[in-house]
Amino acid sequence: MIFAGLCCVPFMDLSSYSMHILILVLMWSVIGMAWNILGGYTGQVSFGHAAFFGFGAYTAGLLYYHLEISAWWGIPACVVILTALSLVIGYICLRLRGAYFALATLALGEICRVAAENLVDFAQGNMGIMIRERTWVEKTWYFYIILFIAAGTFILIKTVMESKLGYYFVAIREDQDAAESLGIDTTLYKTISLCLSGVLTGIAGAFFMNYMGYIDPGVVFPLYDISITTVMVVMVGGAATYWGPVVGAVIMVFLAEEIRSLPYIGAAHMTIFGVILILIILFVPNGIVGDFRKLIKPFKSKKGASS
Amino acid sequence: MSLIEVKNVSKQFGGLAALTDVSFVLNKDEILGLIGPNGAGKTTMFNVINGFYHPTKGDVFLNGKRVTNLRPHVLCKLGVARTFQVVRPLQRMSTLDNVVASAFIRTKSKAEAEKVSLELLQFTGLYEDINVLSKGLPLGKRKRLEIARALATKPEIILLDEAFAGLNPTEINEQIEIVKKIRTERGITILIIEHHMKVIMAVSDRIVVLNYGEKIAEGTPSEIGHNPVVIEAYLGEEHGA
Amino acid sequence: MEQLELFLQTLIAGFMLGGLYALIGLGMALIMGVMRVINLAHGDFMMIAMYIAYWLFTLFDIDPYLSVFVAAPALFLFGLLIQKYLLTPVMKVESILPHNLVILTVGLAMVFSNLATVFFTGDYRSTPVSYASNAWYLTDYWPESPIELSLSMPWTLSFVLAVVITIGLWIFLTKTDTGKSIRATSQDVDAALLMGVNVNRVRMVTFGVGMILVAAAGCLFIPIYYLYPALGRQFTNVGFVITVIGGMGSTNGAVIGGLILGIFESMTATYIGMGWAPAGRFVIFVAALVFLPGGIASLIRKRRLGK
Repeated sequence: MIFAGLCCVPFMDLSSYSMHILILVLMWSVIGMAWNILGGYTGQVSFGHAAFFGFGAYTAGLLYYHLEISAWWGIPACVVILTALSLVIGYICLRLRGAYFALATLALGEICRVAAENLVDFAQGNMGIMIRERTWVEKTWYFYIILFIAAGTFILIKTVMESKLGYYFVAIREDQDAAESLGIDTTLYKTISLCLSGVLTGIAGAFFMNYMGYIDPGVVFPLYDISITTVMVVMVGGAATYWGPVVGAVIMVFLAEEIRSLPYIGAAHMTIFGVILILIILFVPNGIVGDFRKLIKPFKSKKGASS
Repeated sequence: MSLIEVKNVSKQFGGLAALTDVSFVLNKDEILGLIGPNGAGKTTMFNVINGFYHPTKGDVFLNGKRVTNLRPHVLCKLGVARTFQVVRPLQRMSTLDNVVASAFIRTKSKAEAEKVSLELLQFTGLYEDINVLSKGLPLGKRKRLEIARALATKPEIILLDEAFAGLNPTEINEQIEIVKKIRTERGITILIIEHHMKVIMAVSDRIVVLNYGEKIAEGTPSEIGHNPVVIEAYLGEEHGA
Repeated sequence: MEQLELFLQTLIAGFMLGGLYALIGLGMALIMGVMRVINLAHGDFMMIAMYIAYWLFTLFDIDPYLSVFVAAPALFLFGLLIQKYLLTPVMKVESILPHNLVILTVGLAMVFSNLATVFFTGDYRSTPVSYASNAWYLTDYWPESPIELSLSMPWTLSFVLAVVITIGLWIFLTKTDTGKSIRATSQDVDAALLMGVNVNRVRMVTFGVGMILVAAAGCLFIPIYYLYPALGRQFTNVGFVITVIGGMGSTNGAVIGGLILGIFESMTATYIGMGWAPAGRFVIFVAALVFLPGGIASLIRKRRLGK
C-alpha cells in the first residue's frame, strides 16, 4: 500500500530538492535494513559498514573508469565482489564476539578508507571518480530504481526472517553456544548474514555512485558519516524490526538536512546527533518502532485522565 | 557395539586437571547416570562429548566412529543432543519458536518444524505456554523447554545436565516420568548428570561415579549405593534432598 | 654507523612514545576490566584535558606539567557525573542490542569532539614552553661516541613523569585496599560482591582513576604534540589498539602493549612513511585480534601456568 503511494510520488511534481531527499531516504533505508540483518537480527554489531558501501560505490566507479562501461553494471557486479569482501571480513572478524567484533569492523572500515586514499594509481586516491555522462538529468528514474531496490530489500528480509534462516539468525543472537548445541553451524550462518548485509549495502553504494556522479574516499568510506550514521538510522528507528530502519532513515535524513541549513547550529550537527544517540540509548533503546508502546503511554494516560 | 565410548579422556585447563583418564561406555537404550561431588568434572565430561571442549588426551567414539574434535553442531546433527545445567532459553523468542528453531535441523519446511515442535510441547506439558516469551517462564518450565528443544533435534542420545536442580517435589516426579518416557516411547538413550540421589537411583540402569576428575566407581545403582569409595567421596556432602 | 644512529634514535623515540601511550592504555584497560565497557570516548576526554592545559597556559601562563593538578580533578569530577547519570543507568536497561554502552560512548565522543570543533575551531594549537627545544645530547656526556643521540627535554620529562605515574598506579592497585577491590571486581564481580566489596563505589572510583590517568596523559602530551579536536579520536584508537595487543582489561598488558605500539609507530614513521601511520595502527590491531586474541596477557598467563 505504501509502495503504491510512493510510486505516485514522481507524478506529484515535487521540486528536484524534495525528490533528492526522498531518494536519500530510500537509500538509507536500504543500508539500514541491510545492517539490521547482521546487527539487529543476528546480534553482530558492525561499526564498519562504510567498507561495504564504499566498496560498492568504487566497484561501480572503477568499472566505469577502467573498463569504460556504464556504472550501472556496478550493481550486479556488487553481488560477486561484495560477497568476496564479506567472506574476507567475515573470516577475520566473525570469530570475535560482541564489542570486539564492533571494533574490528570499525578498524577494517578505516583501513579501507586509508587504502582508498593511498591507492592513487588504481583508484584515483583523493581525487575521486567522476562520471561525465549522467544517465538521466531528471530524478524520476533514479527514484524508481532506488524504490525498487528498497522494496525488494524489504520483501527479501521479511521472507528470510520468517524462514529457517531467520530463526537461526535470532537464535545466534540470543545465545550463540546454545544455538551451536542445537545443531546450528554458527560460523556458517553468521557468514551468510554478513554476506547478505554486505551485498545489499554494496548495492546501495553502487547506486550512490550512479546517482551522485562523484565519489572519493572522504565521501563513501568515512567512519562517522557512513558507518555511525548507519548505526544511528537503525537505533533510532528500532533494531530487529521491519519498519525500524525505514523510520530511522526518514528521521535521520530530514534531521540532517534541517540542521545543516540552520545558520549557527549547522556546524554542530554532529553534537546534536550525538545527543540524540545518547538520549535514544537512555530512554528508547529499542528505537521508535521497538519501543512504540513506551512512547505512546504518556499520550494514552492523558486521554484517560481527561475523560 | 556401544553407542558412545569415552576412552582415556583427560582434560586440562592450564595447570588444572579437570578430567584424568576417564573411560566408560554408553549402550543403546540404557539410562546411564553420571554422579560425583561438586567439581568432579561431570559437566566438563559433557562438554567434551558434546564438542565444546577438545580433550587434552583421549577420544570419544560415536557408533564406532571417532568424533573427538568435531564442533558441537556437527555432533548434534550426528544425533547427540544436550541440555544445559544453567538453562539457556533463547530469551526473546517464544516457547514455540525456541523449539521450532531447533527442529529446523532435520527439516527445511517451517510447517514441518512447527508440527514437530507442537507435538513435543504437548509431550513436555508446555502446550499452554507456546506463545509465551521464554524469558517469562518459571524455572521448572524452562527446564522442560530445554528438554523439548533437545528432543526436537531428533537425537539418538540426549545428555541431560542437572535437569532436576531447583525443582519442587511435584515437578521432580513429573520430570522423572518424562525422562522415562523419552527412553521407552522414543527409543532415545540417555546420559544424565544429577545430584538428586533419589532421582538417579530411580531412573538409571547403571551409574558412573567421578571424583576430582577421575572415575572411581561404576555399576548398578545398588552396587554404587553400597560402595565404600563412593560413600567416602560424598562424606561431608548430604545425599540429595 | 648512521644506520645504527637512526635505528637507535627511532627506538628511543618509540620507547618514550610507548611509555606515554601506556598511560592511555592503562586508563582504558582499568575501565574495561571493571565496567566491562570499551570507552570509545576515552581519547576525547583526553582531548578535553589537553584543551584545559592549553588554555591555562595561554591565558595564565601555567606550565602544562602543572596543569595536571587542575585538569585531573576536573576530569575526575566530570567523569564521575557522566558515569553516574549516563553510564550506570544504561547498564541496567534491557534492550535488543547488548552493546548499548559502547554506542553510548560513541555518542559522547561525537558530542565532545564536535563541541570542541565548534568552540575551539580546528586550528592546531600548541603550548610552546620555554624549554621546548632543549635537549640532552649524547656527545655532551661521551665526547668520543661514534654516534649522536639526543633526548629532547619535554619528551624526556613527559616520559619520566609517565613512568612515575605508572609506578604510582601499580602501588595503588597492589598495596591499597581500594586498589585490591578494583582488581577483585575486575576479575569476578560476583565473587567481589560476596566478599563485601561495594561494587558500585568501585566502579565509580575506577572510572575516576581512569579519568585522572587520561588527564595526566593529556597534560604530558600537550608540550610535545599539536592539539586539534580530532586528536581525541586518534587517541581513542591508540587506546583500544593497546588494549587488544595487551589483552582486554589487563594492566600489565596495557603497559607492554603501549610500548610495543609506540616502537611500532616510530619505526613505521621512520622507515615506511608518515602517511601510513594511521593505517599501520589498524593493521597491527587486526593482526593482534586474529593471531593473538587474548593479547600479551594470555601469553603471560600461559607462561605462568607452565606449558
